[in-house]
Amino acid sequence: MNMNYTTEELAFRDEVRAFLDEKLPADIAAKVKGFRHLSKEDHQRWQKILSAQGWYASHWPEEYGGVEWTPVQKHIWDEESCRYGVPRSVPFGVNMVAPVIIKFGNEEQKQKYLPRILSGEDWWCQGYSEPGAGSDLASLKTRAVREGDHYIVNGQKTWTTLGQYANMIFCLVRTNTEVKAQAGISFLLIDMNTPGISVRPIITLDGEHEVNEVFFEDVKVPVENLVGEEDKGWTYAKFLLTYERTGLAGIGLSKAALSHLKALASRRIKNGRPLIEDTTFSQRIAKVEIDLMAAGISNLRIIASVEGGGMPGAESSMLKVKGTEIRQSINDLARRAIGPYAIPFVEEELNHDYDGEFLSDENAAPLSAQYFNNRKLSIFGGSNEIQKNIVSKMILGL
Amino acid sequence: MDFRLNEEQQMLQDTVARLVRGEYSFEKRLEFSETEAGFSVDFWKQLSELGLTAVPFSEELGGFGGGGVEVQSVMTELGRGLCLEPYLQSVIFGGGLIGHAGSDSQKEIWLGGIASGELQAAVALQEPQSFYDLNNVETRAEKKDGGYLLNGRKAVVIGGHCADVIVVSARTSGDARDSGGISLFALKSDTAGIERRVYPTIDGSKGCDLLLNNVQVDADALLGEEGKAAEVIEYQAGRAIAALCAEAVGVMEVANELTLDYLKQRKQFGVPIGKFQVLQHRMVDMMSELEQARSMAILAASVADEEQSDERRRVLAAAKNVIGRSGQFISEQGIQSHGGIGMTWEYNFAHYAKRLIMINHQLGDDDFHLEHYASLLQAG
Repeated sequence: MNMNYTTEELAFRDEVRAFLDEKLPADIAAKVKGFRHLSKEDHQRWQKILSAQGWYASHWPEEYGGVEWTPVQKHIWDEESCRYGVPRSVPFGVNMVAPVIIKFGNEEQKQKYLPRILSGEDWWCQGYSEPGAGSDLASLKTRAVREGDHYIVNGQKTWTTLGQYANMIFCLVRTNTEVKAQAGISFLLIDMNTPGISVRPIITLDGEHEVNEVFFEDVKVPVENLVGEEDKGWTYAKFLLTYERTGLAGIGLSKAALSHLKALASRRIKNGRPLIEDTTFSQRIAKVEIDLMAAGISNLRIIASVEGGGMPGAESSMLKVKGTEIRQSINDLARRAIGPYAIPFVEEELNHDYDGEFLSDENAAPLSAQYFNNRKLSIFGGSNEIQKNIVSKMILGL
Repeated sequence: MDFRLNEEQQMLQDTVARLVRGEYSFEKRLEFSETEAGFSVDFWKQLSELGLTAVPFSEELGGFGGGGVEVQSVMTELGRGLCLEPYLQSVIFGGGLIGHAGSDSQKEIWLGGIASGELQAAVALQEPQSFYDLNNVETRAEKKDGGYLLNGRKAVVIGGHCADVIVVSARTSGDARDSGGISLFALKSDTAGIERRVYPTIDGSKGCDLLLNNVQVDADALLGEEGKAAEVIEYQAGRAIAALCAEAVGVMEVANELTLDYLKQRKQFGVPIGKFQVLQHRMVDMMSELEQARSMAILAASVADEEQSDERRRVLAAAKNVIGRSGQFISEQGIQSHGGIGMTWEYNFAHYAKRLIMINHQLGDDDFHLEHYASLLQAG
């Protein structure tokens, strides 16, 4: 048993810290930590810095421009970047479609798409869920029919995060209706500018435009945009979901959110004293901090087993459930910490360039909205109910 | 023992229910929310024409003489419609404070108008540092020129942006958290020196913070005895808590109806998702939470207009604690049962979910009332 980082890992952590100390723009970090909106320019500025360091596609093979970090190195980066307030990379290109292309795509697709992801030229979004296919993803109906050297795509995708900015979408489509649902699905790369595609915003309960519906009407997609083999898309989709799930526990984000909460609770006043000294509230914080401590170690145990050559299995489903519950609890407490000021929704204070007076606390404005928005954590990436099904089937054999 | 409404109470509730069903569709509510007032001026007029704004006032004020149960009947239906009108702020709380502490002439000036719906009141008792403690008052009222000079800041005054009269607490003596030394003033909304920072609320309503900069009022703005307002505030806040609990029950009823409907309609894996046991049990839990909340709202209504006592205090604290917890449970589990669709602006469930969470931030959350209840625990 050894729970310490190796000398090399410690050196890597120092390197990460030195890089962030020197290169992370203070204004961007302040916005991330305060949960304010970032401008597109902020995102681009940071991606450029990260790319120059060679760390943007950190988990890709070196031949495609990655650095092949080990699971522990990835973990160190995750912890440190959350702690420092590094903007989250939009994952659909670099973390989601790229690993699929690298593993299952042909050489031409690798040469075409990977550099454009690295350079930021392509913005990808994900076409998985449909109105009738959420938890039951395999029941998806968007149809792709082969006609000559094209597929003709008809159907609808939904919950497409940041689809309004994307120029590319990777889609699960049905290419075969004669076989079992999972066996007739293919993985297509589609240019969003193709005629017949339209995007409609879905506004969420916090007033945000983050997700969209994407409609396909007789959309012509060249056959060379098929990844891997026809009708084998479900395998690639599951591979991608495993990738997605390991990051969904959000331990690093929870640690950052907890530290934000404690700072907030030190500034807020209850009964004439800092809220963090209040018995009821400090016990609530303590409880979630203890839960996070345990989940943090569970996370390390999974990382260590993957480092040893294993695959993340159903354990990561358990961790997704715990991790999202913890983060939602922290959001709940942050909203509670501002008491009556949870009620006003002062949207302008969320703007990246807001320079007026804050209604209450400088970080109060996003807290209720964020609490509501993060109800999504237990829904997306495979709802927590689906994760529990996986655990009961794969681990318990029930 | 009989928990049924009597005939008159049932008629009252049916009247409000009909009105809300007819006039307060979800789409209309979104429009009302976007207006400058943040509610429907027309709907408010209809409420008053039917005499509903007069329900809790005495007959000599043109009222109905209604008590906790009548208020409960109205509030539950307003809750079902997620109505944005300032019934709680104006009729129950503002009117209650003026009626309780005001002199005959003050009542004459304000209460007739509040009861008839021509005037709207708002209540400004909280401050940036007060959290939910209404005795935590730093705003100062100093005697000056035969009247008072008010300075300070009042926080999250729902409806304060358009009310005609604002009932403000200010300290005439004592230290920030003393219960003694708090006084109440009825401020005309156009009094010089009142500055507002207006904002929408996350649950679709509107409110403001009030900055009182050398607000000079005459002596007759003082409501009740100088420095003795804490008891009045506590009592009337109790009435408002009972009303808010009733509203919450209406919100929870609809939230549960929508969720149950969805479980029956939404199909995944070839069956309605309500066939899955995990969702069945969750729906049962939501139902049980609603029944707990309903019981406490009934109990709260029954003590709302009783004489103040530790028993009344305990019941109201317990009710608000239960409502806070049940509301959060139903809000969160309802969203989860719906999946993504429960988080969209276009679908009404999300708005019910938001209101339930925000009710917990009005007049004290479940923690606040748990602490209050604990401080009043009786020896075994």
